[in-house]
Amino acid sequence: MSSSETGPGGQAHGSVKEYVTGLILSIVLTVIPFYLVMTGTGSDAFVVITIVVAAIAQIMVQMVFFLHMNGSSEQTWLTASAIYSVFIVLFVVVGSLWIFEHLNHNMLMGH
Amino acid sequence: MVQTDLIKDPHVLTGKLHWGVIPFHDPVVAPVMFAAIFGGLLLVAFVTYKKMWGYLWNEWFTSVDHKKIGIMYCIAALVMLVRGFSDAILMRTHQALSLSDEFGEGFLPPEHYDQIFTAHGVIMIFFVATPLMVGIMNVVMPLQIGARDVAFPFLNSLSFYLFLVGVLLINLSLFVGEFAATGWLAYTPLSGIEFSPGVGVDYWIWALQISGIGTTLTAVNFVATILKMRAPGMTMWKMPVFTWTTFCANIIALVIFPILTVAIAQLTLDRYFDFNFFTNDDGGNQMMWVNLVWAWGHPEVYFLVLPAFGMISEVTATFSRKRLFGYVSLVWATIAITILSFLVWLHHFFTMGSGASVNAFFGIMTMIIGIPTGVKLYNWIFTMYKGRVELSASMWWVIAMLVTFTVGGMTGVMLSIPANDFVLHNSMFVPAHFHNVLIGGAVYGFFAGFTYWFPKATGAKLNETLGKWSVALWFFGYFFAWVPLYYTGFDGMTRRLQYIDNPEWQLPMYVALIGVAMLAAGIAAQIANIVITIYKRNEPGYKDVTGDPWDGHTLEWYTTSPPQFYNFGDVPYINDRDPLLDMKQKGTAYKRPEKYERIHMPKNSWAGPVIGLLTLPLGFGFVWHIWWMVYVSVAAIFAAWVKLNFERDKDYYVEVPEVEEIEGQFLKSNEGRHYYFEQHAKHYKKWKPSDQK
Repeated sequence: MSSSETGPGGQAHGSVKEYVTGLILSIVLTVIPFYLVMTGTGSDAFVVITIVVAAIAQIMVQMVFFLHMNGSSEQTWLTASAIYSVFIVLFVVVGSLWIFEHLNHNMLMGH
Repeated sequence: MVQTDLIKDPHVLTGKLHWGVIPFHDPVVAPVMFAAIFGGLLLVAFVTYKKMWGYLWNEWFTSVDHKKIGIMYCIAALVMLVRGFSDAILMRTHQALSLSDEFGEGFLPPEHYDQIFTAHGVIMIFFVATPLMVGIMNVVMPLQIGARDVAFPFLNSLSFYLFLVGVLLINLSLFVGEFAATGWLAYTPLSGIEFSPGVGVDYWIWALQISGIGTTLTAVNFVATILKMRAPGMTMWKMPVFTWTTFCANIIALVIFPILTVAIAQLTLDRYFDFNFFTNDDGGNQMMWVNLVWAWGHPEVYFLVLPAFGMISEVTATFSRKRLFGYVSLVWATIAITILSFLVWLHHFFTMGSGASVNAFFGIMTMIIGIPTGVKLYNWIFTMYKGRVELSASMWWVIAMLVTFTVGGMTGVMLSIPANDFVLHNSMFVPAHFHNVLIGGAVYGFFAGFTYWFPKATGAKLNETLGKWSVALWFFGYFFAWVPLYYTGFDGMTRRLQYIDNPEWQLPMYVALIGVAMLAAGIAAQIANIVITIYKRNEPGYKDVTGDPWDGHTLEWYTTSPPQFYNFGDVPYINDRDPLLDMKQKGTAYKRPEKYERIHMPKNSWAGPVIGLLTLPLGFGFVWHIWWMVYVSVAAIFAAWVKLNFERDKDYYVEVPEVEEIEGQFLKSNEGRHYYFEQHAKHYKKWKPSDQK
């Protein structure tokens, strides 16, 4: 059922194989952090790092397999908006982490 | 707005509802409630008597036409402006009368006063400024880029009804139960279930959540429209400035509203399911709420003000009879703001305790974001320089904006210095500042655009004299209302005081009250202006027969006023940033095209109003814990959505003869202007210095 139908934006729809691969990958990437948290395997730092890595991988999987982004030239706007989104997410996430590190230090939270 | 008796154990059928939550005995609210019910019944009776339900349903409620949806947004915004401004009158009157050493003076009890300032903020941002802006964008943006409609017409209709449900919920809270008494951003832990056990915060949550989803969908729609549906030849760098600012503003909205949606969802989990995201105990962090809402909230003000900048640019260029000075710098300034607006949010909570290095970074970023904004002010001033400025009512709004917004920007830079902020934080200075930029920047810009595009949307020009009166009243009213509060803020008066214990602040409160009276007169003048213009719409001096009443430069003035349902008979090839000016200068304006093509149009859809309004019982059920109502609404929404997806008959074609007939009439009426432009093409507006190659 692979389809070459293009939307008005010129992005091709994916094949069934692509969607199934994406689905399996995202399920695996969801199960791993869940398993670690539910069973309490590994140290806290290990669990946190694994969750973050799995989350980022999850975003990548969804962008590639479900949103069909591949950086080709007819996808300039998709690429531009993806880069923009990454920057904004970085601003907000890194900014918040930085703010809260200082905040917790100054307010003696967790001490 | 009564203090409701709390029901801890919701009833299966009625949830937390009981007769005690309806304020029959409140001397302020009860008369308003009866007047609203009576007025509503009168309106229904009138519409029924005139047999207009069918017309309204077919022509307006189910319409997916971007122009009609835009007009409905504007009507809702103006109605809510009156509601939000009534809250302002109550607050100012109350504070002027509340000099006292303890609670009790004034006429509003504390819990009522707290709800009023919360409702005022929420209404003015979410249900006045946002819809007025989205309304104008809806009417104008597709016309400016030569599109026949937005990219997703049905989604546009759905967005409108989701917004409308937010409006209905916040107005319901006035008569059924209470509204949040937490301030417009519902800071935790005050807004948590422990300290706000009533339904007020729940109304806040669902009104914002539902209308916020509408705003996100609108942003998706507009970004897609601008990227995909521009007229042939219109590259990004040939887009009108208003379209550019609409584009950037909606990119901001697209990124920030999910933050708000998630933060509110977390607060919902806290309140409904005993989660601990923002509570004091069990690992909750109430400051994370402040962090998240401002990560949304600061870009949000740029979301509101950027399109106002776009409107100011269009009006200034048209009425200075010149091309815009520094188009490229203005667009880059807009893009810079689109990015920088995400790097300043901490300046709303400098005093929260993040310390010197964090505060210094965000303070400096805040000062930096003033630069692109300053660039724009020079763009407008230099556009007027050596232009033949025509001081129409919309130009009056522009000049009022330039002056007021500059003052507001400067007090903003004062606040951006963290050391200053520690003195001024939570004082009256802060509301004075943000009203200065929101009224002076966003609202004046919207009114400039509203006056400018009113003939395009309705086919009639607003009365210039009344328009100028409302500018003057707003301009002086603003300074009378807020300069005294700048002063009391410096003097140490904190925000949101239910009573005032310093006799020195009595006089400033009276002066501010005079200012509010002037603003009320300004709003009254605007409403009178709209009513009179609609009444006299066919008289000369009001009626716009040419479709181009201001001698405009951009594509929206190339079609009839109001535009045909298909917008343009033929979409011209765009060679210039000011396509219509270009056509006038080449003598090709209003020339009959060689041939027309049939036009593909979307059909009206019942699904917008039905699916949208079904979220009203959904939100109401959540607020009052009436779970059957929630389940039924979700099931009904799902069923309607499935039915919609099985429908195939969603579009139609306007055939060539029909287009030819409609366009023929328009071109015939504009024949004289076509000859005029043909003859004057050589010299037409070529006398001005141009910054364009």
